[in-house]
Amino acid sequence: MSVKLIAKIPEGPLNEKWTKHKSSIKVVSPANKRKLDIIVVGTGLGGASAAAALGELGYNVKVFCISDSPRRAHSIAAQGGINAAKNYPNDNDSVYRLFYDTIKGGDFRSREANVHRLAEVSNHIIDLCVAQGVPFARDYGGLLDNRSFGGAQVSRTFYARGQTGQQLLLGAYGALNRQIEKGTVKSYNRHEMLDIVLINGEARGIITRNLVSGEIEKYGAHAVVIATGGYGNVYFLSTNAMNSNGSAVWQCYKKGALFANPCFTQIHPTCIPVHGEQQSKLTLMSESLRNDGRIWVPKKTEDVIMLREKRIRPSEIPEADRDYYLERRYPAFGNLVPRDVASRAAKERCDAGFGVNETGRAVFLDFKSAIERLGKKVIGERYGNLFQMYEKITDVDPYKEPMMIYPAIHYTMGGLWVDYNLQTTIPGLYAIGEANFSDHGGNRLGASALMQGLADGYFILPYTIGDYLAGKIQVPQTDTNNPAFEEAEREVRAKTHKLLSVKGKEPVDHFHKKLGHIMWEYVGMARNEQGLKKAIEEISELRKEFWNNVCIPGENIEFNQELEKGFRVADFLEMAGLMARDALQRKESCGGHFREEMHTPDGETLRDDKNFMYVSAWEYNKGEEPLFHKEELSYEFVKLAERNYKE
Amino acid sequence: MDFTLKIWRQKSARDKGTFKTYQIKNISPDTSFLEMLDILNDQLIREGTDPVAVEKGCKSDDPVAFDHDCREGICGMCSLYINGRAHGPDDAITTCQLHMRKFRDGETITIEPWRSAAMPVIKDLVVDRHALDKILQAGGYISVNTGGIQDANTIPVPREKAEESMDAAACVGCGACIATCKNGSAMLFVASRVSSLALLPQGKIEAARRVKAMIARMDELGFGSCTNTRACEMECPKNISVIHIARLNREFLKAKTKD
Repeated sequence: MSVKLIAKIPEGPLNEKWTKHKSSIKVVSPANKRKLDIIVVGTGLGGASAAAALGELGYNVKVFCISDSPRRAHSIAAQGGINAAKNYPNDNDSVYRLFYDTIKGGDFRSREANVHRLAEVSNHIIDLCVAQGVPFARDYGGLLDNRSFGGAQVSRTFYARGQTGQQLLLGAYGALNRQIEKGTVKSYNRHEMLDIVLINGEARGIITRNLVSGEIEKYGAHAVVIATGGYGNVYFLSTNAMNSNGSAVWQCYKKGALFANPCFTQIHPTCIPVHGEQQSKLTLMSESLRNDGRIWVPKKTEDVIMLREKRIRPSEIPEADRDYYLERRYPAFGNLVPRDVASRAAKERCDAGFGVNETGRAVFLDFKSAIERLGKKVIGERYGNLFQMYEKITDVDPYKEPMMIYPAIHYTMGGLWVDYNLQTTIPGLYAIGEANFSDHGGNRLGASALMQGLADGYFILPYTIGDYLAGKIQVPQTDTNNPAFEEAEREVRAKTHKLLSVKGKEPVDHFHKKLGHIMWEYVGMARNEQGLKKAIEEISELRKEFWNNVCIPGENIEFNQELEKGFRVADFLEMAGLMARDALQRKESCGGHFREEMHTPDGETLRDDKNFMYVSAWEYNKGEEPLFHKEELSYEFVKLAERNYKE
Repeated sequence: MDFTLKIWRQKSARDKGTFKTYQIKNISPDTSFLEMLDILNDQLIREGTDPVAVEKGCKSDDPVAFDHDCREGICGMCSLYINGRAHGPDDAITTCQLHMRKFRDGETITIEPWRSAAMPVIKDLVVDRHALDKILQAGGYISVNTGGIQDANTIPVPREKAEESMDAAACVGCGACIATCKNGSAMLFVASRVSSLALLPQGKIEAARRVKAMIARMDELGFGSCTNTRACEMECPKNISVIHIARLNREFLKAKTKD
């Protein structure tokens, strides 16, 4: 084993770990911060908040994004809200309860210390965002309002209509803009990172492609922060934005950073169902809708048939003939069970033949009783923009007829392995937000992604990176003419040339869609040994086919969107293989990872704590079978339990 | 459904650019507008006749470049002037939320980039909107540092004010208001930020500085001035009202009279 996984979890009681750690790590003096350069890749909640906070501290920051503005990052699309343990509603919430819900929601596959820290800083996030002018929802008294999300029995979710991610990102983008204006941060838009550069084993810079001119550029620093989000687009159809990709993370993996839990992907239960072969993406309908919406399918097969043939409207089916299956199966949490549970329950009903649209892959999310109880106006205030979005896409008015929904890929819990300081196995290389693996275990709870992105960026990384940089104050600025940069640049140019010179017959999307089908079929909501082995073979075949038959028009030195896609899909084709391998080794069902071989008699996930209570971490092995490492998890403070949402 | 597409093609910022006509067939009415463009690009790559590409083995014509990302109306990346309207014929949506059922079978659809001096074309339908970032950098924020902040509930905000602030903050920064304005003014864009922050107690402290800095930056960057035609409001995908321009003007006058 060449790599040792040292998580650097501080000693001591759970609620003192972070405080103690902060006081024991090194800091960099203001005069020295000015001499240190940091590269941040990505401008979502994690990247924008980190770049802003680091700029405020006085470091020289360079921030990169692939879009035309930092504000486009996909955090902007988060709808429902952000969790914090404020206990404003007086419903007995606490840091401990948020911590426990998150650990349990993650099916006991995340680190206690990391999750507790997340819960601790959650309250500061709300304070900061309010100070930044984020227009959270408020009650008539002028104080902040909360709602409930899946996996919790308290109301701890802060929200700004159905646009919480947008408003939080505008806050972070504002903070970033302020630093750009001050000159502490320089921003590079329409730039894509194509490689990470290591000097003496330490991260010292990146190679980018300027997406407007096509030029390959080199940037140096004393440390690099990866905040490029998740890899859900490996499935082609997902709720991720079209340009979201896993390439930056994958380049880090190929340079030696370990990739943790790649098989932990989240399938979100409430997305607009797939309508045809030409569809480009799936649209999420916020989990917040499950506060007031009730999920059901008909009890009678006759009704299902009539619905599919459009001979009756769903609203015509009487109450007595509806199966509110989440309320039936999980009386304690009802429609607000965690995402993985709700997704599998929908699949179970559809597999049993109760799917309500032509494809048989849809269930209803109904607001009838909420509208009767609260009135159309209140429902409109809460979810107006989501209802409008639904109507524009489907041409159905959800005030009159229930929404049709079905699970879709939404988030990836896996990511670059990081220690307690958010540092990867490469010194000087950090990963934050969805790009790392650290806080959500096997399943992420709703409204926790925004919390984690901002916690990492505003409140954790700015402290922990100082501990590393304090040892670098004597190190001069990175010379981008160093042979390591030239080598990396050569590799990037060679790959570009290779992509452009295949000149085959099929466009990039053809391969991406095929990959998506394989992944959804075998590495999707339910996985088994035979299927995963098949997936590994098929992915490998498809990869060969890609390099023999892809057609990327145009040149390198120009604005070339097909080439951009080419780079990303080439990486997805490699990453997919790792995801399937990881799913194959994890012979237990846990969180979003459901192995058909492992379930309880009533169809719930069956964990195997004796054999699988670890984080899997994969090491790149120059194209050979990747090397497998484990970080054993220990639970000192919580009692392991079956995840029960029934009582 | 079948369509004739007249699309603006322009190789680069320096190129002159021209309309080209394409035929597209068998499009489902449930297809989104951008998916229709995906289908066209697939067709161009597979069935192209570009002499250089054919020589090399793949026949591809250069696909149409267009900006897009979230495809659910929130990132503000997509643009397009469709049949003479920013974001196309449907109201209160971005182009990515537009579906082909809003067009007639057999219709000719004209697709152009945003056209405005401050947002030059990069390629085909892609424009450079970095001027919008620049305006916000001048002051579109509240100057607080991370850390040392009081509890969130120590700043009560009347519900109506918070709601109105949210109405303004819904701006996605797409640039439709500017593209549609005959003067190329960015007033609605700037107003949405100024107004959103001015409505909140925490934003009032530097309201005067903010509005002056943002207006000055907007003028510097070559945007036109507002003549109250309200075209911006008509085309805003997020229904942002010109009331916010009125508030911006009020804030600006207040700030100026204090000088």
